[in-house]
Amino acid sequence: MSLNLVIVGAGPAGLAAAWSASQSKANVTLIDQYDQAGGQIWRGGTHAAPKRYQHLFAQQTELRYLNKTHVIGANADHLFLATPNGPQQLAFDRVILANGARELFLPFPGWTLPKVLGVGGLQALVKGGLPIAGKNVVVAGSGPLLVAVASQLKQRGAIVKAVVEQAPLGQLLRFGRSLAGYPSKIGQAAQSIAMLRNTPFYPNTWVVAAEGAGAVQQVRLSNHHSIECDYLACSWSLIANTELAQQLGCKLEHSFVLVDRGQQTSVNHIYAAGELTGIGGEDKAIVEGQIAGFAATGNYQAASQLAHKQAQARQFSQQLATSFALRPELRQLAQANTLVCRCEDVTFEQLQNQPSWRSAKLQTRCGMGVCQGRVCSSATQYLFGWGQDSVRFPIHPVSVADLVMESV
Amino acid sequence: MKQIHISINGTRYQVAEHSNLAAVLMTNAIANRRSVSGEPRMAVCGMGSCGECRVTINQQAHQLACLQQCSEGMEVQCEP
Ligand SMILES: Cc1cc2nc3c(=O)[nH]c(=O)nc-3n(C[C@H](O)[C@H](O)[C@H](O)COP(=O)(O)OP(=O)(O)OC[C@H]3O[C@@H](n4cnc5c(N)ncnc54)[C@H](O)[C@@H]3O)c2cc1C
Ligand code: FES
Repeated sequence: MSLNLVIVGAGPAGLAAAWSASQSKANVTLIDQYDQAGGQIWRGGTHAAPKRYQHLFAQQTELRYLNKTHVIGANADHLFLATPNGPQQLAFDRVILANGARELFLPFPGWTLPKVLGVGGLQALVKGGLPIAGKNVVVAGSGPLLVAVASQLKQRGAIVKAVVEQAPLGQLLRFGRSLAGYPSKIGQAAQSIAMLRNTPFYPNTWVVAAEGAGAVQQVRLSNHHSIECDYLACSWSLIANTELAQQLGCKLEHSFVLVDRGQQTSVNHIYAAGELTGIGGEDKAIVEGQIAGFAATGNYQAASQLAHKQAQARQFSQQLATSFALRPELRQLAQANTLVCRCEDVTFEQLQNQPSWRSAKLQTRCGMGVCQGRVCSSATQYLFGWGQDSVRFPIHPVSVADLVMESV
Repeated sequence: MKQIHISINGTRYQVAEHSNLAAVLMTNAIANRRSVSGEPRMAVCGMGSCGECRVTINQQAHQLACLQQCSEGMEVQCEP
């Protein structure tokens, strides 16, 4: 019987893993919660992806693709799925986790106003048809995503009023110089920067408040500028979706899944690749995905040939983390009445004297709402240094019917 | 692009087929939901993780609008 390999996430890492695994005789199932494969960067289908990944779906391969399928939990040999046809469980021999990252949102006054949204969030909605031409947009927070998304928005006719980056200029310049070691990044960065040449860029600056009636109309910055806008796109960094890995017992290090050179986690037969193991973008996701796909199907020779690229990608990931480290001032943005938990409307004041995340949950319902702490647990970790306790099942909100599983 | 019709809170809207529902709601400045303390909320993450965009679609409550493409005849209800 051939090996039953399940890959969670059909972004660059998952697709690369599926491609490598398809070189062997494995039985591969690829799962994604979205309609179309492609993940965050090739969102909306694989036509933006390299040809070989498009062929994965076109040819008669052994690949089984389950779209619109949420992996909501796991035990030692089964994944629990919420599918359009109801709940199911799926047996596996090996799993490659490639379920990516989400944006980190930190509370500041006005962050719950309509049209204040994530940087990737606005990017996604614009790709989904939100008309942005002629709209005034402020892009703020931290990381290379700001410049990338600002330039895409401008290309679509948005008036980008400012790009606001919390990292100090010296750090950004050092990061810029380090790109020399990564030729593929230079091209992308140069294109974005050329597109933004007339756009104000404020380093060493951050949003202190969003204001408006019914929706954001103005943002105030730490440099005392106020800017009128129709949209504020703001996110502070990317954080890995580690909940599933944690449920499978995989060890984390600095909030990322710990892996060896073959992308194997601390648990035998569970591999991880892409943003899950450290934020590093497309190149890192692809090379780690490839390695995981080869390693999980016993093709160690092919995996080891990618070691150099893998080391380079991991180095870049380190560089990103230090260059865009968050400054301590951001902990002071939330005021007493600023909401921290958006699901249960719990204020900063209600939380600041709580000793732990667990106590906050019990006493204030922080983290008990629909997002199950996906937004506020990371925020409180940064604000108060709280760690999360064990990951609850299901990791995504589901209906009661989804908890009654059937085997597939 | 092919145009289709959906209904939001009982009103008919013409939208491009396959447009993202959270994007349509934001375009028309319709809040997806009310928070516990009554604030209007719209999409934030656009990727199915924050839950702010949830609406009722064809009588099914708690659907994430940011993961939904509009289809002909879709009936969307937001929290008043
Ligand atoms: C919002 C956002 C926007 C971004 N935009 C850009 C950009 O414009 N340019 C750029 O270079 N980088 C961008 N990035 C960075 C991006 O993470 C990487 O470039 C790259 O896409 C990482 O690949 P990945 O395969 O590790 O993860 P992803 O591309 O994030 O793929 C993960 C996949 O897993 C799926 N998934 C997650 N959890 C589950 C689950 N429980 N069940 C089923 N499926 C699940 C998701 O639907 C997704 O398709 C963005 C990141 C985010 C979070
Ligand atoms: S906007 Fe966050 S879940 Fe839809």
